[in-house]
Amino acid sequence: MVKAIEAYGIPVVHIATVVPISQTVGANRIVPAIAIPHPLGNPALTHEEEKEIRKKIVNKALEALQTPVEDQTVFEWK
Amino acid sequence: MSKLRVVHYINQFFANIGGEEKADYQPELREGFVGPGMAFNQNKEFADEAEIVATVICGDSYFNENVDSALETVMGMIKSQNPDLVICGPAFNAGRYGVACGTVAAAVNKAGIPAITGMYKENPGADMFKKEVYIISTKNSAAGMRDAVKKMAPLAIKVAKGEAIGASAEEGYLPNGIRKNFFEKKRGSQRAVEMLIKKLADKEFETEYEMPSFDRVAPGEAIKDMSKAKIALVTSGGIVPKGNPDHIESSSASKYGQYDISMFTDLTAETHETAHGGYDPVYANADADRVLPVDVIKEYIEEGKIGSLHQYYYATVGNGTAVASAKKYATEIGKKLVDDHVDAVILTST
Repeated sequence: MVKAIEAYGIPVVHIATVVPISQTVGANRIVPAIAIPHPLGNPALTHEEEKEIRKKIVNKALEALQTPVEDQTVFEWK
Repeated sequence: MSKLRVVHYINQFFANIGGEEKADYQPELREGFVGPGMAFNQNKEFADEAEIVATVICGDSYFNENVDSALETVMGMIKSQNPDLVICGPAFNAGRYGVACGTVAAAVNKAGIPAITGMYKENPGADMFKKEVYIISTKNSAAGMRDAVKKMAPLAIKVAKGEAIGASAEEGYLPNGIRKNFFEKKRGSQRAVEMLIKKLADKEFETEYEMPSFDRVAPGEAIKDMSKAKIALVTSGGIVPKGNPDHIESSSASKYGQYDISMFTDLTAETHETAHGGYDPVYANADADRVLPVDVIKEYIEEGKIGSLHQYYYATVGNGTAVASAKKYATEIGKKLVDDHVDAVILTST
């Protein structure tokens, strides 16, 4: 899906838990997520702490979208 | 002669431990066969020469989220059995299971023990590992178990005994790019003409050299000023308005949905849920922002960090959905996003 949308020239950042799958499929900008059932959350934390992590990930995704890339790039936030 | 000692690697589902709610199941070693191992032990060709002496079980999410430690534990369990051969799966079209099977089989091979696995050709684990391990090409669901075992059993025995392995088309494994020199009965020019005649007559022909498909897309240009950019959210994590109005299927989705989020600043258990099967939906149902971060994006817009969020988000279910379908949906979605002047997309996957 990432590729078919990006084929129109729109930059796409893929927030994905299993980064190797995202790389194999061919996403260009990848931000690692937390876990499969809750990629942008962590139910073990308080609501506030969880939102802080979500902000961190989205922030990294925005940074990725503003970063020129030529090859597949993983943007780590941890 | 004593039989070849085989260790079988399977996931929590095939071990009958549970579905997605048990996908965080930690590695466990059991004596003898479990679940699909029975099909191997009952296969005559296999049973004449080999026997599954132990089974290692691991939850798919646990494996993929803790690859290093999970692999270490699994390898320890496998080695403790002194196997002559390791069989992983088959994983069919289960993505995380396929990656786990490929990872384990590759590591076992590296440790000097023969290993094979099986999966559907579109399983992401197939592309990742087909050059490192023999992966029998299977159907896309467990309904193909009998057929898979029929092909995996003889190849497994050959690999374990170090016998010569035939071409991928003969043995049934996914092409791994290895070529061998041999003498054809007919010379090249004759074969080429015969192939051309078949092609012209619209008859089936088999290429002797598959062209690789470099399916890559050039990265979109970076956004210069995010505070003016219009962002759209897309997800394969199945987030839909409560009640799943379009009835998007929990697996092998036949459609995607377009949903208005302009009036939401926070997704809650009352407003949204996930239609996605194959992962434990409890966390996404309780707070869909965990998959589709609407709350944070809206906050960033308030702060002026992001220009705006596109009125609609798009969602489908990634679970077992064919690559061709995903491509079709995204091509339609992308067209709409272009028409609506969206500058960038955040796509989340579970």
